[in-house]
Amino acid sequence: MIKNRKIWLLLGIFGACLVILPWIGAEKLDLRAVLGFLGGESSPDSQIFFQMRLPRVWLGLLAGGSLAMAGAALQVMFRNPLAEPWTLGMAGGASVGAFVARVCPALWLSLGPLNTSQALALLGAAGALALVLAVARRQGGTGGATILLAGVTVGVMCGGAIMVAAGVVSPDKLAGFHRWLLGGLDAADWGAVGTLAVISVPGGVMLAALTREYNPLGLGEAMAAGQGVNVAHVRRWTAIGAGLACAGVAAVAGPIGFVGLLAPHAVRRWAGPDMRIVMPGSFLVGGALLALCDAAGRWAAAPLEIPVGALTALLGGPLFLWLLMRKR
Amino acid sequence: MSHSCELELRSVRFSFEPGGWALQIPELVLGGEGLCGIVGPNGSGKSTLLGLAAGLLTPLEGGVRLNGLSLARQSRKHIARHLGYLPQECPALFDYTVGQVAAMGRHAYGGALEPTAPDDIAAVARALAAVQMEAFRVRRLSQLSGGERRRAWLASALAQEPALLLLDEPTQALDVHHAAAVMEVLARKAAEGLRVVVVLHDLNLAALYCERLILLQDGQVTADGLPHDILSENRLVSAYGQHLEVIAHPKTHQPVILAKK
Repeated sequence: MIKNRKIWLLLGIFGACLVILPWIGAEKLDLRAVLGFLGGESSPDSQIFFQMRLPRVWLGLLAGGSLAMAGAALQVMFRNPLAEPWTLGMAGGASVGAFVARVCPALWLSLGPLNTSQALALLGAAGALALVLAVARRQGGTGGATILLAGVTVGVMCGGAIMVAAGVVSPDKLAGFHRWLLGGLDAADWGAVGTLAVISVPGGVMLAALTREYNPLGLGEAMAAGQGVNVAHVRRWTAIGAGLACAGVAAVAGPIGFVGLLAPHAVRRWAGPDMRIVMPGSFLVGGALLALCDAAGRWAAAPLEIPVGALTALLGGPLFLWLLMRKR
Repeated sequence: MSHSCELELRSVRFSFEPGGWALQIPELVLGGEGLCGIVGPNGSGKSTLLGLAAGLLTPLEGGVRLNGLSLARQSRKHIARHLGYLPQECPALFDYTVGQVAAMGRHAYGGALEPTAPDDIAAVARALAAVQMEAFRVRRLSQLSGGERRRAWLASALAQEPALLLLDEPTQALDVHHAAAVMEVLARKAAEGLRVVVVLHDLNLAALYCERLILLQDGQVTADGLPHDILSENRLVSAYGQHLEVIAHPKTHQPVILAKK
């Protein structure tokens, strides 16, 4: 009962972000002009509101939610409270894939909201995760610091690979590149929201479908198997679901870090470790967090913008270090 | 819990690496007794045998059947309603309460960390009562002693209410009184009809509580029967080596195994 109330509260915050945040930005919008659009009168204000701000807020909510759910699931699956798409190198790998698709017109294919950039992002995320897991399995398992060290290293290597690739392509293909490299939502339009809806959201749904299976895993894989969890099945679909969630985000916004760390930790601290709360709670908190950070980035230095990835790194980095120090 | 449960291993062969150490079980039926112990020296394959019996490990040859049906063909959830398994260690990812740990045992019935269904709540209460931890329901794992933690894990396995429960060294690293407390719980549940198979490294606990003992040696069952017959000095010396002796307890006349210089 209390738990339900907590979810309603988070839902309220999520909804408030959706309603309030589109009004924040470099241009001050006139409420009447914006609402006039609904009556059929187009104006610059309504254009900005419906074609730029609204998709951007949606993008933040869906991207943050997907990353946070992926983080919550990966933390349980790898028994590592510091696991999330960015610290496991998945965000970096996905970004390499997405970047290659962006700068190689020969590779570009698209079908509605689907295109090669998401496919290569997924491939990159999978490749990075496979590499990180291979290193961790040889060296003490997934629960310790090795997997994080490997993940962050792979992430840095991916950043390097993108820089090298950027050096050899013509500058006109690099519009907005630096912001994308840090993770930014400034390329937001309804097409980008569509990309998340068909790639990241299904990934999130896969993870949500596994919610009940995650709880017994909290006492180890052997115990969970004894209590009726098909561990191999959960592991496979968690990797696929988290890969999709993170590939969709990387394809539209680049490697955004730490949302998958901040949101699940906040929810667990507040509402306990029951994954039936942590999963939906992480989606709502992660979404609200990313949308809020993005709005803060638009507002703080207006008319310039601070990329949202820079803000989440500044917020999440200290938490990561604190958790790293506190770990047994 | 009163329904019977028969677990049958037939022509099972298992090995962690090709050409390496292997476990070979021509035929073994578990679930016929209240308390059955699996004993044997370190590395003889006790935990491996239990893992195969629980379906956590897949045999290279042969198969394991639960009530006549191959384990490999049943879903983990279905298996879990008949067969419980408690590993040596259950490392907790988060600092759960004892009640939450016990409630995890209801997973196969749809229950969760904080169950709301009356069946789940009742089963968790029975399990906590069985291990005498009702008063610890809201206590966190980090606040428990080693013995209490093991009893909390045991409550989780009991809340599952299987017909047959497999336990891998539930008394490992416990003081005598904590080890006896765990065995007392198992003996009481066995008297109520639960079938228990328990891997034990403490031969004296095995002698005291088990109705049947299976002696494993280098991946083979070398003896299977009543504790009195299994725990003879000849057999144990051949399994464990020279440095032990078996005497009769002065009061109960049960075998007592002592280290020998």
